Amino acid sequence: MLRDITLGQYMPGNTVVHRLDPRTKILLTIVYIAMIFCVSSPVWYVIPLAYLFLCSKLSGITFGQLLKAIKPLRFLLIITFVLNLFFSSGSTVWLEWGILKITKEGLMTAIHFSMRLVFLVAGTSVLTLTTSPIALCDGIEVLLKPLSKIGFPSHELAMMMTIALRFIPTLIEEADKIMKAQMARGADFESGNLFKRAKAMVPLLVPLFVSAFRRAGELAMAMEARCYHGGEGRTRMRVLRFTQNDLYAALVSVAALVLTILCGALIK
Amino acid sequence: MEQKQVWPIELELASYAYDEEDETPAVDKVSLQVEKGTFVAVLGHNGSGKSTMAKLMNAIYLPTGGKVLVCGMDTTSEEDIWNIRRHAGMVFQNPDNQIVANVVREDVAFGLENLGVPREEMLPRIDEALEAVRMTEKADAAPHMLSGGQKQRVAIAGVLAMQPDVIIMDEATAMLDPSGRKDVLKTVRRLNRDKGMTVVWITHYMEEAAHADRVVVLDSGRTVMDGTPAQVFSRVEEIKELGLDVPPMAELAMRLRNAGLPLDENILTVADMVKELTNTLCPSKSNI
Repeated sequence: MLRDITLGQYMPGNTVVHRLDPRTKILLTIVYIAMIFCVSSPVWYVIPLAYLFLCSKLSGITFGQLLKAIKPLRFLLIITFVLNLFFSSGSTVWLEWGILKITKEGLMTAIHFSMRLVFLVAGTSVLTLTTSPIALCDGIEVLLKPLSKIGFPSHELAMMMTIALRFIPTLIEEADKIMKAQMARGADFESGNLFKRAKAMVPLLVPLFVSAFRRAGELAMAMEARCYHGGEGRTRMRVLRFTQNDLYAALVSVAALVLTILCGALIK
Repeated sequence: MEQKQVWPIELELASYAYDEEDETPAVDKVSLQVEKGTFVAVLGHNGSGKSTMAKLMNAIYLPTGGKVLVCGMDTTSEEDIWNIRRHAGMVFQNPDNQIVANVVREDVAFGLENLGVPREEMLPRIDEALEAVRMTEKADAAPHMLSGGQKQRVAIAGVLAMQPDVIIMDEATAMLDPSGRKDVLKTVRRLNRDKGMTVVWITHYMEEAAHADRVVVLDSGRTVMDGTPAQVFSRVEEIKELGLDVPPMAELAMRLRNAGLPLDENILTVADMVKELTNTLCPSKSNI
């Protein structure tokens, strides 16, 4: 059971969106975020909505799956909405109750900010739903490469992410083994209050950490034995290639961004 | 006129101490020449220095005394270090802690990427290495979905792709189940026989050493025996004194010899024993 875990929320597929270059998808996600922040009034969320609809159609990811990503944020959303509703300044007062008052402007701001949050999370999860963690690592490494000129460790960062991904299943398996070993000796991980259960995790975490450090040492030795000496002079087996589709995706996204800016500026 | 021969691996009175003040170094003035194309097993119980010796052979540890040469290159010379490691590939004990990438094929590519091999050249070399260890089918699998023996075969492929002159197996079967052990041994044996790969096989399993061309037994960091498996294992009493096991058939043969049966000294496996017994007991049927 533990051996089949999926990493992140990636949904494997072979659609146009899945096949886009990870670099394109990362950059277009930034364009999308910019687009959300350029929306000037709640009405114009219709543009990102149409954009998301297109993404969803092309990638086979349903709106339901996109909205799932928002679920953990529901409390943050409610707080954002309530705070903006009661504490925004405005002149058109609808209800007043002590220091709390609801104004028309307050309601609009509340809706606006909550929508912004929803669209941000839903849109960025298109990236994580359609791009495998390995492809994401590759994309990030290449995109950050220019920064290595000023000393930013882009190769090391990507190598660390790859190794982390590689060892997650191994460490989960190990945690499972240690847990069973502790349970066989009478450890109780399931009863008691939160504090008690957290305390019960200590005998699980200590051996897990010790073994992770040992693994790290051995892995470093094995990597050096295979001539690993940093990113310098290194070639790659996997190469990223832009295709025609990447161009189309970029054009559509930039057009949506421009449209949003224009709508905000021209039509008040 | 005499030209010095270049061995894949040569130790000249090599010593290594983990602690400089330590009076009993882990490896103590060992001299050893590994001949090209041979399968050399290094035997010893825990703490005999066999794993330390393996790590001296590809410059993970540098000798604190004496010299270690890999294909004629001194492991202490810093500019040769990557060249040395390419020539002497090493497979470690824990299969989980030496696989770097998330996909089998990419892990095999890891060493080549480090050497800066161009991509076009890389792909055929990866395929060839995977084929050599019979893992072509699993080229796109995730490492954590493989069995221990399969993971070790991937690790071997990763080393093979770098086209080394010698493969050092540092107790590479110690953490495997019996079928995985057999599997890995068979793979390496085949590489040795078919491709003439030089192998240094570090182990404490006697049965594995029985498959070698040459057995070197270490104790407290020193070589105590060196010879063919038959020569070494016929010294049953001495081996037992070192805290090592003798292959069961070698021991049985010794007991039968002591009991008066004139058996040959080369018996290591059940097949040898059957043949020898048929020869000795019913000479008339030996040609069947």
